[in-house]
Amino acid sequence: MEIKAGRLVDPCSSQITKTGAWRTFVPVVDHKKCIKCSLCEIYCPEGCIHQEEGLFIPDLDYCKGCSVCAHECPQRAIIMILEEK
Amino acid sequence: MNKGSDGKTSQKMASQAYGQKMAKTANMKVVEGSYAVAHAVMCCLPDVISAYPITPQTHIVEHLSQMVADGELDSEFLTVDSEFSALSVLVGSSACGARCYSSTTSQGLALMYEVLYNVSGMRLPVVMNVANRAMGAPLNIWNDQQDAIGARDVGWLQIYAEDVQESVDATLQAYKIAEDSDIRLPIMVCMDGFILTHVYEPVELLDKDLAREFLPPYRPEYILDPKHPKTFGAFADPSTYTEFRYQQFEAQEKALDKIEKVAVEFEEVFGRYYGGLLDSYHAEDAEVVIVTLGSVIGTIKDAIDALRSEGKKVGLIKVRSYRPFPVKALRKSLKDASVIAVLEKDVSIGSEAGLLTDLKAALYNSQIRTPVIGFTAGLGGRDITIKDIRRLVDKAEAARKGIESEFEFLTLRKEIL
Repeated sequence: MEIKAGRLVDPCSSQITKTGAWRTFVPVVDHKKCIKCSLCEIYCPEGCIHQEEGLFIPDLDYCKGCSVCAHECPQRAIIMILEEK
Repeated sequence: MNKGSDGKTSQKMASQAYGQKMAKTANMKVVEGSYAVAHAVMCCLPDVISAYPITPQTHIVEHLSQMVADGELDSEFLTVDSEFSALSVLVGSSACGARCYSSTTSQGLALMYEVLYNVSGMRLPVVMNVANRAMGAPLNIWNDQQDAIGARDVGWLQIYAEDVQESVDATLQAYKIAEDSDIRLPIMVCMDGFILTHVYEPVELLDKDLAREFLPPYRPEYILDPKHPKTFGAFADPSTYTEFRYQQFEAQEKALDKIEKVAVEFEEVFGRYYGGLLDSYHAEDAEVVIVTLGSVIGTIKDAIDALRSEGKKVGLIKVRSYRPFPVKALRKSLKDASVIAVLEKDVSIGSEAGLLTDLKAALYNSQIRTPVIGFTAGLGGRDITIKDIRRLVDKAEAARKGIESEFEFLTLRKEIL
């Protein structure tokens, strides 16, 4: 990967630049409890929760582990787990 | 190449060339420093000027505003709500490929602080005159250099001018240095507030055609253009951020040569040469060498003339480029001194002062083991007189036998403390 002086980038650079690395807690969704209200998708400040084949899935390439989704979920279907590597 | 450290020869050459050129192009006028600089900016044909008025910078942009209103200068002149906006506007304009100009001082420069990093980080070649003034509190509008020295680490080049003519010439040179594809960094051309901005003295105003010949149009490789979208200054995580800082660091190093080169090119067209990174006055055989920046050099030169007539071997090294800091050139020109005295109009509260610490750092790993002592003076516009320089030289001579004080306030009024 070559960098251009002045941090000059082409459009859609955020698709290349992943920002999930500074997460401490990772959201885990219990899809059996989920009622598909989509509040997690709406409240996610990163906009990184999307429906995939009917299920709400956080995109861990961008999720910062902020817990807003878990806090907002009326079913408590999302829990935050310490992510250890 | 190192013309700056060979002051006598270069001065002689410059004055000869100057003499020849004068006959052809002399356009000497007694004008205010601010007008002379505004005229120089006009000759650089900036596309966008954005500034907020603040004493003692106001006259520079007032004159430019007048030139635009009178149709003398075809620039977009933006009046904004603050210095923060003034420079932010230029971030966008410069990224669009416009040649940009601003000017500020003191609290205005401080208010720009965040944007200063953005301009240099995005590699935008903005040129800005800083009319050096004291920082508040206490409120003070007079000259010293705490404002620009305080911003030494923001990635901008900093050139300090000795007189109005040099401020004029350095402004034109600054665009050529900044816009070079190897450099692409912004430049502050620092001129002492009031002392240089408000003085009326004979100045050779730049010839527009010669300026155009000297400074090619600004044609950056990449610009903001909706047809070919790009982002400047985008997010960089820990895996790449260091490399961007390194690129800026490298560009500043390259600027060491570029500043010298442009000074020589300027001399070829205009016949004036001030040294590139450094200049000197009677430094070759000097035992006591004073190192300093800015307009106080005029006073020091007079003091040196007087001291020399009394048989005292005193000389001067003028630091023209403070960023990039000319380490090699300084080592070369200070190697034969018996004692070095740094005089500056700033103080690093809690340490010593900018130029002093930088100079000592530059000498530490060299073979030079000459005593270095430092003085701050002229804070908040207090005059620095020939008498003060004589006291400084006395203290420096005493320091040859042993340093009593490494750093002091030269003109401190102990009786009011």
